[in-house]
Amino acid sequence: MGGRSLRAVHDGFTYLDHAATTPMRAEAVEAMLPFLTEQFANPSGSHRFARQVRKSIDEARDDVADVLGCRPGEVIFTSGGTEADNTAIFGTLDRHGGLALCSAVEHHAVLHAVEARHGRVIGVDHAGRIDLEQLATALEGVAVVSVMSVNNEVGTITDLAEVVAVVRRSAPEAVVHTDAVQAACWLDLRTITPHADLMALSAHKFGGPKGVGVLVSRGRAAIAPMLIGGGQERERRSGTHNVAGIIALAVALRATDNERADENVRVAALRDALVDGLRAELDDIHETVDRAFKIAGSAHICIDGIENEALLYLLDEAGVCASAASSCASGAMEPSHVLAAMGVPNERARGALRLTLGRTTTSADVARATTAIVDSVRRLRAGRAA
Amino acid sequence: MKVLVALSGGVDSSVAAAELIDGGHDVVGITMRLWGGESDTGCCSVADVDDARRVAQQLDIDHLVFNFSDDFNRHVVDPYVQAHSRGLTPNPCIECNRHLKFDRLSERADLLGFDAIATGHHARIETVDHRYFVHRGADSAKDQSYVVHMLPQRELRRTLFPVGHMTKAEVRDHAAALGLRTAEKPDSQDVCFITHTGGRETFLGARIPFRPAKVVDADGSVLGDVAAIEMVTLGQRRGIGLPGGGPKRYVTGIDHDSLTVVVGDENDLYTDALSVGEIVWADQPYVGEVMVQCSAHGAATPALLQDDVVHWRIPQRRVAPGQSVVFFDPTDRYVLGGAIAR
Repeated sequence: MGGRSLRAVHDGFTYLDHAATTPMRAEAVEAMLPFLTEQFANPSGSHRFARQVRKSIDEARDDVADVLGCRPGEVIFTSGGTEADNTAIFGTLDRHGGLALCSAVEHHAVLHAVEARHGRVIGVDHAGRIDLEQLATALEGVAVVSVMSVNNEVGTITDLAEVVAVVRRSAPEAVVHTDAVQAACWLDLRTITPHADLMALSAHKFGGPKGVGVLVSRGRAAIAPMLIGGGQERERRSGTHNVAGIIALAVALRATDNERADENVRVAALRDALVDGLRAELDDIHETVDRAFKIAGSAHICIDGIENEALLYLLDEAGVCASAASSCASGAMEPSHVLAAMGVPNERARGALRLTLGRTTTSADVARATTAIVDSVRRLRAGRAA
Repeated sequence: MKVLVALSGGVDSSVAAAELIDGGHDVVGITMRLWGGESDTGCCSVADVDDARRVAQQLDIDHLVFNFSDDFNRHVVDPYVQAHSRGLTPNPCIECNRHLKFDRLSERADLLGFDAIATGHHARIETVDHRYFVHRGADSAKDQSYVVHMLPQRELRRTLFPVGHMTKAEVRDHAAALGLRTAEKPDSQDVCFITHTGGRETFLGARIPFRPAKVVDADGSVLGDVAAIEMVTLGQRRGIGLPGGGPKRYVTGIDHDSLTVVVGDENDLYTDALSVGEIVWADQPYVGEVMVQCSAHGAATPALLQDDVVHWRIPQRRVAPGQSVVFFDPTDRYVLGGAIAR
């Protein structure tokens, strides 16, 4: 199941929105099914059914810790990336007081949390990397620094070691949180964990189900819980475990980790073919960030002379699923705070297109997307000129 | 035809979409996000977008949201605010129709390969001598031809008002029969970017400086004062700082240079002629007998239109500068054009 049925449903369509979510892995679907049927018990119970489920959760936690390079006790299962990010910020401030600080290109789950507590927001360079000099001068009174491992819009990778070095020098008491939600498919998480005190992951970005994530809390980190009640997750996150979700998360993370090196090579070649193909066919296309600074699955371009809202409609009509920036509550596209922070002029940002590739992307997808984008852009530009 | 229907989340546009589907058209629903600020009414609250999306789902058509908030600020909100500081009383809903629905949206529809755009306005588009004109809607109590008067031939040709031939009651019955969740939804009455709680005063007060003014009678005797001349409208009777009990007094003049509000009795409000500017025509420029409507729900009155002056057959109350003035044919059935009162 899984792979085959997915193909059947999506035949004729090209899905290039893997940063929004990526299809579930067949093995993850399979792993969770028993926990939706016969293995129904609440793992916090004291009978044999409960103990069986508890064992599966503990094994999942061991697995996750192994892939992340941390101890099992440092893994807190959450309802997803947003809860993990919110908990990192609010939980630290509630425990220690002080200020929160983040980069201007963070996901809203971090940015809005920092802003809600009147924290500091630090600028970035043209590639979306945090300004280390500005960071160094802004750390007084700061309890938690949050810098994402990989940007969800433009795909820029942060050198977390560099950030942490600056923080440790100027604010040795501060903890460092990293939103690693977009890193899981592309970066060896064992290379990130040692630098961070807190780290957020979301299962559905790497082939697990929606509604489950991880907050790693280690090193200097000590957080007040956001959810209190039954005291699950060592009293750091109450609420009955999302058992099936947690099991599937662990399976998906392990499989992602096993395939990551090969996938990076394969998908980078597809991404390069896509962007190079578009550049060969169309004038006035700008790659937002140099590929050397990005993850393999990300293509982000700005296309002059078109509005991305109109382009996305035509692409959708042509069977190509892509995206631009994030959407507001109404579903309307919002101007990108990421591009604005990077200094991309408004006029250029209106033509921003995010194409994100993943595990199911093929060279046929790239060919079809290239044709669709070229045709649509030509049509929109011709309509504009008319 | 491939038709883009503007779904506001209200009952009229819901039924408009259903009518188009019934007519065999290939229909896509679109909701415009216009106002990004605080709102409790109108077209762009998240709850209204939810309603629009759910209606589209029930009708099994695609639904999109276009973010036109920059254009809305530029063409509707900013001019609305600036107009008040110049002593004008603009109609933002008409400017929204002019610049957003029947310009920005129809241009986008064209670009995306749609043959027509549709809205839930209670008006009809019919031809007279092979030219297109906005005709009054079938439900005279709900007729909205006034607010869509600005459409030129180019837009009239590619615009559909699918509920224009229906009464409001028929629209609601139809929505109920289809099980649409908007069937019982109340009509929106107010300007979408102005909240009930804050009102116009709070909205404008946050954006332009209010200047106090003295209130005088026709002889120049000072009778009182108002805190904000920007909030005073021609013909206004209440809230002009005069003690109660005396004769009814109306605002008959507003001078933003000398910061003076002149009041007088109702007779002082009447005039033989109305001067207008920024005239737009549905087809050819027109001179002659017309029926003239000066507010969304006002009755039309006969006049002779000569260039940019409306000569009333019977003296009429003066129209606040900035208001839309719409010219109907002498039988009062269809729109010839419109203008802004000076």
